[in-house]
Amino acid sequence: MTIADVRTILQAELVTGGEHLETEVHNACGSDMMSDVLAFVKDQSVLLTGLVNTQVVRTADMMDMVCIVFVRGKEPGPEMVELAADRGIVLMKTPLRMFTACGLLYENGLRGGN
Amino acid sequence: MNIKLHYDVPGDDFTRAGEASGLVKRKLKQLGFEPDVVRRVAIAMYEGEINMVIHAGGGEADVEILPDRVTVVLTDHGPGIPDVEQAMQEGWSTAPDNVRSLGFGAGMGLPNIKKYSDTLEIDTKVGEGTALTMTILVKG
Repeated sequence: MTIADVRTILQAELVTGGEHLETEVHNACGSDMMSDVLAFVKDQSVLLTGLVNTQVVRTADMMDMVCIVFVRGKEPGPEMVELAADRGIVLMKTPLRMFTACGLLYENGLRGGN
Repeated sequence: MNIKLHYDVPGDDFTRAGEASGLVKRKLKQLGFEPDVVRRVAIAMYEGEINMVIHAGGGEADVEILPDRVTVVLTDHGPGIPDVEQAMQEGWSTAPDNVRSLGFGAGMGLPNIKKYSDTLEIDTKVGEGTALTMTILVKG
């Protein structure tokens, strides 16, 4: 699916990165613990998280992830938006909770990867 | 090619931790290193930077880029690591609770650095500081 599909499925509001919506994504992970993302993630392109600070964007950047979805309507701050725009990472926020958001994406074909 | 880079890692601003790693990542990408090498350097250095900010009040990062290897040396003047063997165990953490609420402090920092580097040397003295030397080899 594309990042645009992720947005539609999660009823998400785009925060930044509208120019990358047609990027294809196949794998995702959901975590509030960036240490775990850095330890266990491999080739996942979408990060779902309830954590809001600049290290979320930096972690995604280090892992070559292309899209971050903030669950439970969490609002990224201006520093995060600026950093994500600079690194070409899409930010969006969904009112859904983590479990539901992950479940919907899985149901529609995204997988957890290796 | 022999490129040497130096960065100060400020210890008073958690939001800036990782800036140096981000710059190194972009530099390696520009130089045409394989994505796997770029990512391994970026993650190992980023974890090290985060550690320096959490535990040691910041420090310095020195990076040497050669065609066949990238070496990152992170030096701090923090409290040192009393038991390195324990610190290397996954899940062992002395990070304060406020760090966990920021998404770190799960005891994965040093194990992760070891996982993503080809060699890791830890030179630490309690009360004086720690120097991590991590090398990532470019496999041809």
